[in-house]
Amino acid sequence: MMQPEAILTTDHLNIGYPQPRGVPRTVSAGISVALERGEMVCLLGPNGAGKSTLLRTLGGMQPPLEGGVYLAGCPLADLSARELARRLSVVLTERVDVGELSVYGLVALGRHPHTDWLGRITARDDSVIRWAIEAVGAAPLAHRYVGELSDGERQKVLIARALAQEPDVMLLDEPTAFLDLPHRVEVMRTLRHLARRAGHAVLLSTHDLDLALRSADRIWLMPLEGPVQVGAPEDLVLSGAFQATFHREGIDFDPYTGSFTISGQSAGVIELQGDGIPALWTVRALEREGYYVARERSAAPIRVEVLCHDPRDLRWRIVTPQLSRTASSIHDLLGVLRSVQSAAA
Amino acid sequence: MSEMHETALHERPNTPGPPRMNLRPLALALMLAVLVALFAITLSIGSVTIPLRDIGLILAGGEPARATWSQIVLLFRLPKAITALLAGASLAVAGLEMQTLFRNPLADPFVLGVSSGASLGVALVVLTAGSTLSGAVLVSGLSLLADLGVVAAASLGAALVMALVMLAARRVKTMTLLILGLMFGYATNAAVSILLHFSISERIQAYIAWTFGSFGSTTWQELRVFAPVLLLALLVAQVMVKPLNALLLGESYARSMGLNVARARFWLLASTAILSGVVTAFCGPIGFIGVAVPHMARAVFRTSDHRVLIPAVTLLGSITALLADFVAGVPGSQIVLPLNAITALIGAPVVVWVILNRKGIKETFA
Repeated sequence: MMQPEAILTTDHLNIGYPQPRGVPRTVSAGISVALERGEMVCLLGPNGAGKSTLLRTLGGMQPPLEGGVYLAGCPLADLSARELARRLSVVLTERVDVGELSVYGLVALGRHPHTDWLGRITARDDSVIRWAIEAVGAAPLAHRYVGELSDGERQKVLIARALAQEPDVMLLDEPTAFLDLPHRVEVMRTLRHLARRAGHAVLLSTHDLDLALRSADRIWLMPLEGPVQVGAPEDLVLSGAFQATFHREGIDFDPYTGSFTISGQSAGVIELQGDGIPALWTVRALEREGYYVARERSAAPIRVEVLCHDPRDLRWRIVTPQLSRTASSIHDLLGVLRSVQSAAA
Repeated sequence: MSEMHETALHERPNTPGPPRMNLRPLALALMLAVLVALFAITLSIGSVTIPLRDIGLILAGGEPARATWSQIVLLFRLPKAITALLAGASLAVAGLEMQTLFRNPLADPFVLGVSSGASLGVALVVLTAGSTLSGAVLVSGLSLLADLGVVAAASLGAALVMALVMLAARRVKTMTLLILGLMFGYATNAAVSILLHFSISERIQAYIAWTFGSFGSTTWQELRVFAPVLLLALLVAQVMVKPLNALLLGESYARSMGLNVARARFWLLASTAILSGVVTAFCGPIGFIGVAVPHMARAVFRTSDHRVLIPAVTLLGSITALLADFVAGVPGSQIVLPLNAITALIGAPVVVWVILNRKGIKETFA
């Protein structure tokens, strides 16, 4: 295990956009964070908190309004573009349309800061390119044309391109957006692996809170207002910072399940009887409908019983003071509950 | 960090190498051979057919079978063929540079409005010049094309636009520049049509003859300016292969890979403006070579790598221009068709093919 070694640090950093006239628009202020070798950090925060702006500032793509960004102690502004590119690489959200270029050719572009003025690929460049392609598990794609790849494959290849720069630090802006769940998990696993095995410092922004909580070594939490908070995912949950950042109308973080619930207006309390997997998913359906589900005997006006005599024959009984009905699917169950609700209203 | 990679490299996985590229030198050599053959043929075949053996004699400084052949080759066909060679390569390379810089498959050397500037210059001279140039202006279109006043006017117009573009490039984004160029084109076309409206028919004819385009109006004296300037700008393009490749990913990625985007953009714009401006000044606004040839090269080599594309586009551009000029001359007859009609007939199907076939085109315009 490596000693923690901060590679990318900021000191009282203010980020934002200078305005042609008047005061600059500050997106976030007073950011003092450190990214260490061998760790994968997820940058989380609601839309508009300034995640992309922070990544762009850390990557030297836009100047800080105040304060400094340091790469291994050296101010970013003192590094030439080429020096910076040899130590820090990015994966951006913008769509890449390279026309007729193979995966190998695209990853080879990542050698740009290392090659001579003609961009010739040496034997060493070639082995780094192959290593990068292999590291993201894209070896079978090496000869395919980039235009033929799926979104997930393309994202892997873009990570390989960033890797081919042989950076100390990789910054990725929403690398899991637009991917399906298996690909999201795969991208996260790849990045985590790179951090651990190859010693890269990886910082990625994402909206994938569930996945970030499960896979990040640390989380940088960027609220709409207030300072950036740093910690292990669990620390941020326990301190309540996570809940506070994402508490918005209709979305709540449930520290019991570690997941987000979409609560509309509360529809009331339901007592649920039953257990096992069917009961678990019934709870989810009821919570989606806005019910608070009581698992103990209670004075709730509605009771739902999961009748699970045979896994192939699931039924639900709905009991209210007025009626008792049986549903043959969750869809049916919710339909009955809605009619009960509208009758009561 | 580097040790990490060394260890990783030792246990190097058996990943397949770069895509097969051994056919590329062969294809380039083949293109060069075609170009040389075509060059010889255009010298040999025209309104009078001169045997290739005599062409060789003339070029070597010897005496051909008929004395007039020497005149025909040295005074007309050779400068014309050299002009076509250089102009074709210049327009095609400029087109490739613009398509990569603007990340737009339909960009061509004239998107910046350089040809519009040249047209306006020529229109001003041909259509309005009163006493000073009237002698030259009022004779037939062909000898007018040889008149240096037109070249000067076109150069001036192109240079003016070029200066404006470079000035704007320091302040606005690349995409804004594209739109500025388009708008400038519309404005100059409007100015030209107003000038046309108030002109007499001989002058209009002379102007229209210029817009047909021709490689045949450059004299040896003019080539002394034409050739070195274009060769220099072509050389700049050859040096730009690495920045061009980085720009395939867009300006943000290019910057993140250590490219000085502002400087690269300056040199690309300068190279394109000179290539297209000089060709337009001497040969008229020649369309479609710039937009179509880069696509032909991509189709042949199936790559966007400029290390391959730049030489390929240079050769293919020359071939296309020589071919178009050869066809426009209608071998064995006295007829000369408008060059622009021929380049359009060759180029338009290519552009149509690009639009119908390119999978990525929707994303490019999205």
